[in-house]
Amino acid sequence: MNVGNLTTIDPFADEAQNFDNEDVGSQQNYIHVRIQQRNGRKSLTTLQGLPKEYSSRKLLKAFKKEFACNGTLIEDEEAGMVIQLQGDQRVKIKHFLMEEGIPEKDIQLHGF
Amino acid sequence: MSEEPLFDSSFKKKPKKKQVAFSEDPLGADADPTQPAPDVIDNRTTNGEAVDMGPTTAHEQLAQQQSSEVDDDFKAMFGDVKKKKKSKKEIPLDLEEGSGTATPTTGAADDLDFSDIKKKKKKKKPAFDLEAFEKELSQSKAKDGEVEDDEAGGEPDGRFLDDVNDEDLGEDVFAQAHEVPAGVDTQTEPWLSSDRDYTYQELLHRFYAQLHASNPALFSSSTKRYTIAPPQIMREGNKKSIFANIPDICKRMHRQPEHVIQFMFAEMGTTGSVDGSGRLVIKGRFQQKQIENVLRRYIVEYVTCKTCKSFDTLLTKENRIFFMSCMSCGSRRSVSAIKSGFQAQVGKRIKK
Repeated sequence: MNVGNLTTIDPFADEAQNFDNEDVGSQQNYIHVRIQQRNGRKSLTTLQGLPKEYSSRKLLKAFKKEFACNGTLIEDEEAGMVIQLQGDQRVKIKHFLMEEGIPEKDIQLHGF
Repeated sequence: MSEEPLFDSSFKKKPKKKQVAFSEDPLGADADPTQPAPDVIDNRTTNGEAVDMGPTTAHEQLAQQQSSEVDDDFKAMFGDVKKKKKSKKEIPLDLEEGSGTATPTTGAADDLDFSDIKKKKKKKKPAFDLEAFEKELSQSKAKDGEVEDDEAGGEPDGRFLDDVNDEDLGEDVFAQAHEVPAGVDTQTEPWLSSDRDYTYQELLHRFYAQLHASNPALFSSSTKRYTIAPPQIMREGNKKSIFANIPDICKRMHRQPEHVIQFMFAEMGTTGSVDGSGRLVIKGRFQQKQIENVLRRYIVEYVTCKTCKSFDTLLTKENRIFFMSCMSCGSRRSVSAIKSGFQAQVGKRIKK
């Protein structure tokens, strides 16, 4: 916000940085589950922002088996690893992740 | 919740009861506590005691007005979708409407009711001395006012939550709002007649009744309702949906349509455009309910004040950051920017 902070030594620089980090972190900590409409009644579900400690590949495998759908891993510059599944699996993903011990507040369902 | 069906049945039976009820008081007494709302009608029915009701009437009228307004608004607001909740709410509201707008049939029924209640009270009269009775009357009347308070004050919360979160919270609040008055009706009388200590709850209710009776302005501020017309969704062709009344809704929320549209597109993962008459054309098939959910999320995120739950907020942009300032409590906070996140490739791939 304040560009002056970058040039001069600011006693609260650490504070601000921490705050920034926290803010950004809290945004990035969310696991976003989105849906996209395809043609007809088809849709895609994407899962973005999985914490590092979970292996996307293994999770994808588990998803595919559990939800009986196909899916793929997509590497995105901004979003990192994104799990993409066929069909509307949002609620199922949420339940799955919650059963794995991920707090509900960290999972954000998007879409209608 | 369970009260209402009960009440409803009694409500309909009343005319029949009329003939019987006069002879058997217990029945009347049983029926009375189940109906918080008709109390309002006191003034009309009891000519003799109407005088006592003086101070509360304005207050009650306010309540009535608001409740009836609330009705209309609520019916207007997203009415179609929440059938379950709506049906629950409709019953008490109807009651109030009956009292407020004086539908002939309900009014009559209530009148009957009231005669019963008054009778009951009159019977008690000889037992106490006059002063005590008067006190009691005013008390009960105060309670009545309070019942209205609770309903008017409690429901908005419930509804607000319904509207916004569509979580169960609303129901709970609603339930409380209804049970409290019922409990109060039965409680305060013993406290007056016997010499036991009054409980905190009773005093609290008394306080609120008096507070609202003395300054009805509080009422209007506390029960201000936030309503939005339900989104009108039409289908254009096979693959596009038209969101017709988005200008209305944006105006209601005091938000720029661009911001709302941006949010909606990000949230639903589609694209679209605005046509000549301000309607939004969304790519993809969407139903009213789905759009409503998205709007609700928008309201939670960008319209409600997180501090005071008010909807009277303004969104301003400073240095590329959106700030939401609340008009009613003055709080100011930054809101997260709208991010569309990862968009999967749908349809034809773009040639690189």
